[in-house]
Amino acid sequence: MSVQTAILACVLWPLAGALAVAACGERRRNLREAASLLTATSLFAVVAGVLLPAVSAGGRPRVEVCEVFPGVPLAFELEPLGMVFALLASGLWIVTTLYAIGYMRGHGEEHQTRFFVCFALAIAGALGVAFAANVFTLFVFYEAITLSTYPLVTHHGTPAAQRAGRLYLGILMGTSVAFLLLALIWTYTIAGTTEFTPGGILAGKAGEGTISVLLALFVFGSAKAALMPFHRWLPAAMVAPTPVSALLHAVAVVKAGVFTVMKVVVYVFGIDLVGSSAAGEVLTWVAAATILIGSCVALTKDNLKARLAYSTISQLAYIVLGAVLANELSILGGGMHIVMHAFGKITLFFCAGAILVGAHEGDVSRMRGLGRRMPFTMLAFLIGSLSVIGLPPLGGAWSKWNLALGAADAGQKAILGVLMVSSLLSVAYLMPVVARAFFSEPAGEPAPKGKGEPNGHARGEAPLLCVLPPVLTAAGCVALFFFAGELQALLEGIELR
Amino acid sequence: MSAGHYQYWIVAVLMMTGLYVVIAKGNMIKKIIGLNVFQVSVILFYVTMGKVEGGTAPIIAEGFEVYSNPVPHVLMLTAIVVGVATTALALSLVVRIHEAYGSVEEDEVLAMEDDSCGGGG
Amino acid sequence: MDAQLPALQIVIPLLAAPLCVALRASRAAWLIAVTACWSSLAVAISLLRRVLAEGEAISYHVGGHAPPHGIELRVDALNAFVLVIVTGISAVVVSASRASLSEELPEKRHYLYFAATLLCMTGLLGMTVTGDAFNVFVFLEISSLSAYSLISMGRTRRALTAAYQYLVMGTLGGTFILLGIGLLYMATGSLNMADLAERLCGMESNRTVQAALAFIVLGASIKLALFPLHIWLPNAYAFAPAMVTAFLAATATKVAFYVLVRFLFGVFGTDFAFDAMHLDRVLMPLALLAMFSASTVAIFQRDLRRMLAFSSVAQIGYMVLGLSFASELGLAGGIVHLFNHAVIKSCLFLVMAAIAIGVGSTNIEDLRGIGRRMPLTMAAFVVGGLSLIGVPLTVGFVSKWILVRAALEAGLWPVAAMILASSLLAVVYVWRVVEVAWFQAPAEDAGALRRPPLGLVLSAWVLAAAALVFGVFTDATASVATRAARMLMEAGS
Repeated sequence: MSVQTAILACVLWPLAGALAVAACGERRRNLREAASLLTATSLFAVVAGVLLPAVSAGGRPRVEVCEVFPGVPLAFELEPLGMVFALLASGLWIVTTLYAIGYMRGHGEEHQTRFFVCFALAIAGALGVAFAANVFTLFVFYEAITLSTYPLVTHHGTPAAQRAGRLYLGILMGTSVAFLLLALIWTYTIAGTTEFTPGGILAGKAGEGTISVLLALFVFGSAKAALMPFHRWLPAAMVAPTPVSALLHAVAVVKAGVFTVMKVVVYVFGIDLVGSSAAGEVLTWVAAATILIGSCVALTKDNLKARLAYSTISQLAYIVLGAVLANELSILGGGMHIVMHAFGKITLFFCAGAILVGAHEGDVSRMRGLGRRMPFTMLAFLIGSLSVIGLPPLGGAWSKWNLALGAADAGQKAILGVLMVSSLLSVAYLMPVVARAFFSEPAGEPAPKGKGEPNGHARGEAPLLCVLPPVLTAAGCVALFFFAGELQALLEGIELR
Repeated sequence: MSAGHYQYWIVAVLMMTGLYVVIAKGNMIKKIIGLNVFQVSVILFYVTMGKVEGGTAPIIAEGFEVYSNPVPHVLMLTAIVVGVATTALALSLVVRIHEAYGSVEEDEVLAMEDDSCGGGG
Repeated sequence: MDAQLPALQIVIPLLAAPLCVALRASRAAWLIAVTACWSSLAVAISLLRRVLAEGEAISYHVGGHAPPHGIELRVDALNAFVLVIVTGISAVVVSASRASLSEELPEKRHYLYFAATLLCMTGLLGMTVTGDAFNVFVFLEISSLSAYSLISMGRTRRALTAAYQYLVMGTLGGTFILLGIGLLYMATGSLNMADLAERLCGMESNRTVQAALAFIVLGASIKLALFPLHIWLPNAYAFAPAMVTAFLAATATKVAFYVLVRFLFGVFGTDFAFDAMHLDRVLMPLALLAMFSASTVAIFQRDLRRMLAFSSVAQIGYMVLGLSFASELGLAGGIVHLFNHAVIKSCLFLVMAAIAIGVGSTNIEDLRGIGRRMPLTMAAFVVGGLSLIGVPLTVGFVSKWILVRAALEAGLWPVAAMILASSLLAVVYVWRVVEVAWFQAPAEDAGALRRPPLGLVLSAWVLAAAALVFGVFTDATASVATRAARMLMEAGS
């Protein structure tokens, strides 16, 4: 299989998987789940086995599907940053599929076929975003992700879910159409192309003011990155089933947003242009504010998923920060944080879902003593938390380290301070969960009302398929600390100039 | 605006009269009459435009040197046919409306429509 | 035979119409109408191919009399493109119409529908193909009169008042155009468009010509339902038989738009219409108002038909906006949107016809949960709706892309932002229906669904597929539109 075919196959393969899942339907659910898993594993095998070596060797294979507008083809091109994102999305898809099977069955959810179909479509969208060779292609798949995840967010069909769905679609579509598309067409008008090119395509083509406006349009247009004030969709989308929150709102959707920001900064503007523009400076502070405010709001949330959602908002802003600081180290840190945060946060979401399935608990204040009942889950939660906080020996340490170095490099001492404070804040909002689970007595806890269980903590762990995935991803967090070198080597292949 | 252009004044007055009737009158038949006046004003405009002073019908005959321009007149034959067809169609619609609503007053018909809102009627 | 193609374009439907009346039987009339429509499409396509291959206009002299005195049919890249749109949509809609028609008309009156549709088509094609200004008026009235009678065939009595209202407005519009043409004739002594364009050079300060421009723009604006002259449209679309709406929505306003383009760029010329008379200062705000106000009204409609009708008014705003840039790119955007909107809207109205048969209502409230009960139909609605919003890889995106580029090129970035912002309103009104149909449980007391005729759903899908295909392979439409726009701009300056 040539690399070019493999690229196309990777984008189309999840679609084929979606068809297979749809064909199986509710009646042959075991076959359906097998199809999901098979698609996911084979996809990862191709991404890691065929595409990764090609990129590592310095190749930039490119494939054009068709020319949609003159000079604006629908095209894919591999490069390190996209490779990292594709590996991440396809790899975590396997784990999440396992988890989703356990969760959806354990919870007795309806419309499972639609769920798995949309899931596969969203992954196809994520891979399209990862491999996009130009802003246009990226935009196409960015919108595809929005549309395919909408049914996942409104999965339960309740009025609350529909309201959340409206907010989700409204903010994501609104910003992408009003800002991102405008920026895309504007870029095309100025530069005559939208191809991602090392060193950027806008340098010297427009004045300082235009560049600043464009940068702001791009960054706010990628509302999937949840930069304040366009972050409201993320907590709202937490009404979705937990596997959705896990994969889409810790990995595919939000990372598509920050990935877009990074890609645009590196390959459309070029880091020199961003570093010298006024908007870069302003956006640095917007990102810093989002980091702090997100953390503070997370502190106030008692619902675990809501807390994790605001934590995500805060952590995503790290990556945006890395992008707009625009130097080698900050880009490296941002790129690494995409991976590190994904592993950490998906672990946390998996655990939150496992707690929901195993103990029917969603509120932090009622999780006392859970650690004794669900030791594996809570241990995984601890590891995930530490990685998100950024303590060694966990992967999160490296990305934050590089981001801090990047901030120092840019001469932004205040940003360094923000990073430190925010790490402390994340200790404050994540550690109580663990502390309560392991060190508080479950006794004296009033029984949850209407749950049908006299003592909410009567049963043990959640089903195996709900516990295994967080343990795996937690192990991943540890592994990433020791194998960060490979990731760094890959990311250093990004041609910044 | 000399007296030599009086025909255009007539056209303009007729036109505004017709337009006024179409807009201001609630009776559907009166509206059609207004529409007719409006159309006729334009027809007159064409006809007067083609007239050449002292000219005669464009038939080549001895003793006549000046002819009126026949083109606008011929065009107006078509326009008159169109006008007649429009009026006929409009009147037949009014007849059907009268059958369906029992009235040809616009406000009464509108009031009835609001009562049976929902479109299922 | 080849030389007669421009005339055939008018003659085929014109002769087929009385044939329908003579045969009376519903099936026979339908067969004739379908044959006439598809052969018209074949004629239109071969005309377009010829024009594109030869690169210059095809001129046909009616009765052998040479222009400017004889009547000329003149086909160039622009109107050949419009011809293909009109005949193509008619072919699909008429093919689908027999099944749906039985719901709204007694079978013994079907032949009247087919005859009137063919006549309406004759008028529209005539307006498009002719190179003679007065002919435009005659064909306009032919199409209008048959459109009024088509609308009055609606099931409810409100169809009658809607048709009456349209008749009054439409006749005013037609008469304004007639007056404008008369003034042009008075100033130049010619009725041939190409001849007029030449003679009008240097007459910028002539008051008669200025008045002619005003009257023609006013009349055409009524016919194409430019805000705020659109008041006839929502009722006409809402109460006409569903198939009539699908047909008219895609053709009548589009041809009126073509007439406006033809007169502004092909007869008066950009120098006069835009540089001297500053029409863009009138048309652009009106277009923007149409986009926002009509979309906003559409959001609050409870009936699917009226929602789509108001959406049409908004979409017409996009076309006029493209024209008002008075640039090659803007004009191309307007022309492309003419094609795209014709495809999208007729697709959506066919879906609506299927819903009306399936559910027995087009009230959005009653559509709860029908997504799962008639998935094929509602999937077509989703495709059409996404195109209307302008999601990438659908035709709607192509229009948006070109229009926004035109706005940016003209340095009007607030207008570019407004184009995009107004398309967000489309998200709201389309998604409202999608949400109700797909993500709400059916009402408890929902009656049994009837299966909509397969032909209807199939036709809707043909158009939905077209919306996707032309959204990816934009070259087919965009290059023709750009060529037409370039030709007009070069001729007009």
